Amino acid sequence: MDVGRHPKIRLLAYSEVEGVEGEMGNFRIRVRKKARYVDENKCTGCGSCAEKCPTVVCDAYNVGLAKRKAIYKYFAQGIPSVYTIDAAHCRNFETGKKCGLCSRICQAGAIDYQQEDRIVELDVGAIILATGYELFDARKVPEYGYGRLPNVVTSLEFERFLSASGPTGGHVYKPSDLAVSEVLATLEKQMRTSSREIERFEKTFEMSSERFIEKFNSGELTGGHYDEWAGQYRSFLPLKEKFKRTKERAESLKTAHRLAFIQCVGSRDSRFNGHCSAFCCMHSIKEAVIAREHDPESEVHIFGMDIRAVGKNFEEYRNRAEGEAGIKFIRSRVAEVTENDSHNPVIWYEDTKARQVRSMEVDMAILAVACEPGPSARRLSELLGVPLNEFGFYATLTVPPLDTFRPGVFACGCAHGPMDIPESVAQASSAAARAASALMGARSKEQGAGSGEQDAESRKQVAGSEDHGAKAKKREAGKGE
Amino acid sequence: MEQKPRSEKQAKGSEELKAGSEKQEAGNELSSCSPPPGKARTGVFVCHCGSNIAGLLDCEALAEYAAALPNVVYAKDNLYTCSASGIAQIQAAIREHGLTRVVVASCSPRTHMPLFKSACAEAGLNQYLFEMANIRDQCSWVHVQERDAARQKAMDLIRMAVAKAALLEPLEDIESSLVRKAMVLGAGVAGLSAASALADMGVEVLLVERETELGGLVRRLNRIGPSNEPAAEVLAMLLREVESASHVRLFPGTDLVGVSGVVGNYEISLKSKGGEETEETVGAIIVATGAVPFIPEGLFGFDGRKVITQIDLEERLRNGSPLEVKNIVMIQCVGARGPGRSYCSRICCLTAVKNALLIKSRDPNARVHILYRDIQMYGAENEKLLRDSRGAGVKFDIFDPAFPPVVKEGSVEFYQPLTGMTIETECDLAVLSTPLVAPEGSAATANLMRLPVDGNNFFMEAHAKLRPLDFATDGIFLAGTARFPATVREAVAQGLGAASRANTMLSKDRLVFSALVSYVTDRCDGCGLCLDVCPYHAITMEEFERDGRVFKKVRTDPILCKGCGVCEATCPKRGVLVHGFTPSQIRAQVDALLEALP
Repeated sequence: MDVGRHPKIRLLAYSEVEGVEGEMGNFRIRVRKKARYVDENKCTGCGSCAEKCPTVVCDAYNVGLAKRKAIYKYFAQGIPSVYTIDAAHCRNFETGKKCGLCSRICQAGAIDYQQEDRIVELDVGAIILATGYELFDARKVPEYGYGRLPNVVTSLEFERFLSASGPTGGHVYKPSDLAVSEVLATLEKQMRTSSREIERFEKTFEMSSERFIEKFNSGELTGGHYDEWAGQYRSFLPLKEKFKRTKERAESLKTAHRLAFIQCVGSRDSRFNGHCSAFCCMHSIKEAVIAREHDPESEVHIFGMDIRAVGKNFEEYRNRAEGEAGIKFIRSRVAEVTENDSHNPVIWYEDTKARQVRSMEVDMAILAVACEPGPSARRLSELLGVPLNEFGFYATLTVPPLDTFRPGVFACGCAHGPMDIPESVAQASSAAARAASALMGARSKEQGAGSGEQDAESRKQVAGSEDHGAKAKKREAGKGE
Repeated sequence: MEQKPRSEKQAKGSEELKAGSEKQEAGNELSSCSPPPGKARTGVFVCHCGSNIAGLLDCEALAEYAAALPNVVYAKDNLYTCSASGIAQIQAAIREHGLTRVVVASCSPRTHMPLFKSACAEAGLNQYLFEMANIRDQCSWVHVQERDAARQKAMDLIRMAVAKAALLEPLEDIESSLVRKAMVLGAGVAGLSAASALADMGVEVLLVERETELGGLVRRLNRIGPSNEPAAEVLAMLLREVESASHVRLFPGTDLVGVSGVVGNYEISLKSKGGEETEETVGAIIVATGAVPFIPEGLFGFDGRKVITQIDLEERLRNGSPLEVKNIVMIQCVGARGPGRSYCSRICCLTAVKNALLIKSRDPNARVHILYRDIQMYGAENEKLLRDSRGAGVKFDIFDPAFPPVVKEGSVEFYQPLTGMTIETECDLAVLSTPLVAPEGSAATANLMRLPVDGNNFFMEAHAKLRPLDFATDGIFLAGTARFPATVREAVAQGLGAASRANTMLSKDRLVFSALVSYVTDRCDGCGLCLDVCPYHAITMEEFERDGRVFKKVRTDPILCKGCGVCEATCPKRGVLVHGFTPSQIRAQVDALLEALP
């Protein structure tokens, strides 16, 4: 919000860098501003378009647990607060069908199906890479069953489960149960259609279906519409039965009580990422504590090798999680997750304290997936001439720690290595300081050598130490030469 | 104003609304103690926020309801009050209807108040004569399942805002000048980085260091992980930058002895070891006073010779003289993660592994054994160091704090949970990894600047996640191990970051503050109750003489004050009030709310 409103910040969202020329103090950047098919200047973000849009798409923000429309805003508080047409799903683009509903409904006249990608050229003095990271694809670890076992989810998915504004309204339902609700909804829809048909027959022929089917079976009524009615009614009965059974099952469903958090999924694992992802221990503890707050009856275990609670107040938080919230920590690298008949994950692990291989049945297993360099890192690295380190993040100097190997280009946050929020926020300011220095340097260069002399004149007074005074003099003498 | 209902349903809705307002008028007659409404001409704008509000609430009916409220001379609903056309409507209404108060019923003041206030100001209405009712976040969003209750609440909020608006007073923003200078307290790597970054940005810097030599803790280090650059070289580079910067004034061997004033104009007093005093005014302060390694007196047989700390080891390695030991055992978390000092010091595992690797690279036959609880090699490079050290033959074993290792003559004994056995390993040199702790006197420094510290005497930032380098006090910033243990790279990054934070403020021509702050009335009798409760130390006591008698009265600083209102709530005689939240304004709101009750 602060960024969106800042008079000196020009926001180019939904855009990608395509070319960089020049050097520190004088870069020229080519940016592709992708077509939103919505005029950013006109769109007020009112959302009427999305309300009326007929095309429903899986919502990536809610990790596929909810639906959105083909014209959408990635998330409610997103900046800039404008809508975008997802051309891959919009009827107008995808099938060439004439839909145009959003265009008709938009009072601001912001919809523009003819909009094209635009190339924007920017002249800047410094570049800050804050491109973040990607999450590891947990499917790559077959033994944990992600993607195969319905009740094994990733930490980010679980985050949406816990969110009051998330797809489950903050309740931790097992995904296998959510699937039941979905089946129920489908069945209900089928039943409604079917019973409407049957009602139509009943009305037309002024007869209940029960009586009709008796007569039909006895051969009293036959042919044409009667055959159709009979067919409809015969398929309706098992549907009704199935609906009843599913409904009973759906009503007996409870939220997940037994949770297992599995650490280092794709991290500290030589098959995938050798590195530690730095933030997962803390987010697992946080999710565990919140889950317990939601449901004090729940049993929560965290399986990890080392619990890296290294930030300010982190160890204290971990201790409170264990002592007050009753979260149990098990030092173990989980070997495998299997599933029992009721779709409950079973965690197989070695209890290193008891020196035994054990298993634990839970309702849900949450995988703390690794922080990986994003797919754009390599592309941008080549484009910018900024090398990556052996882990695939942007390489930076030891000191100053935000400087990449190309002058005038700085990196902060997870773009140059996994880190948590406070570190990232602090580094963002640091990168801004480095960029400001770069710009000031460029400016004084433009002003010519005169300012340099001025600097020498106003050279600092050194208070206190003789030693430093001498150094300063020496330096000035050196400058004179 | 007249509006024709769009549909039957809506007509019914507005009838219900009208019934509500009738009830409320009846209530008005009863409440004789409510302040007179004055001659305010209020305009109310009810925002649909697209479908965000209008999806649940009938905004047209709400506008009609508002139109019937006392003092309201104009009410209108619009699709998007914050859009260009919505703003234009407000401004036109101010001019055409002679509005003297504007109320917008829409979203959060946090995001949109500044926009609406400036819209009012542009149209010639004092910006403090604006009031907002949040009927989106607080009604249509949170009560999405209870349409009736949400509608009722929206009516309540609008009625309350209108009632308060009538009593708003025109105010002016508080402006102050600022001095484009900063003091950096502490010349370790964080302070040095902050100073040179500020100088780069054209800010004059006073770099104050308590010790006679600059450099802080890094002076004692050998090499800096993970790339193993010599600490001396890194430090020399940072010192060079500061010394060559054109407007950094160095104050080594100098203590900060006094601070007063407010953001933009802090008056500081410095005193050097030689007794030389300096008075200066600076616009901002960066606290980078660092931390010191804990000395484990009485723990694990610490003697400084055969049982030493990591910092001792750093110094031995730095000297380059051979260690002349074959068997080294390092014990982690000595004096940390336990009773008394519960935090994990973040960097000791890194230090231990870094030093273990250095020892192995000097003498591959040396045996290094690290006893740890959790090996905290967070991040990419650090975890690689851990792998490399295992590859180089460094041995690692977990210990349970319930059964700590025992340092004996020539050996260390520890319980190995993996085997369930007690193991004795040879040891010529035991190295204790101790945490960084706040230096003695950090609490006094904090006191001097009235800054908060946590239970471990580390300085406390304004927000753990979103403002890690700011203090809650404007114009004072935080970097390095004064905040919490950090690696050299982290401390440097924080120093740069704090400089950047300070410059966002120092680069302004003048500082502008909200006028919604406390003020003292004639009723103050100097009882001083408010002094203790003010979290911002914005209140002082003043004595004055009248008719030969000495009186007392408090004085509030409008810049230090954040308008929290604790003073107003504490004062038993309305001696100190907060603009925009005066008792009569709050009273009007409460009365307006209670009117709806049966």
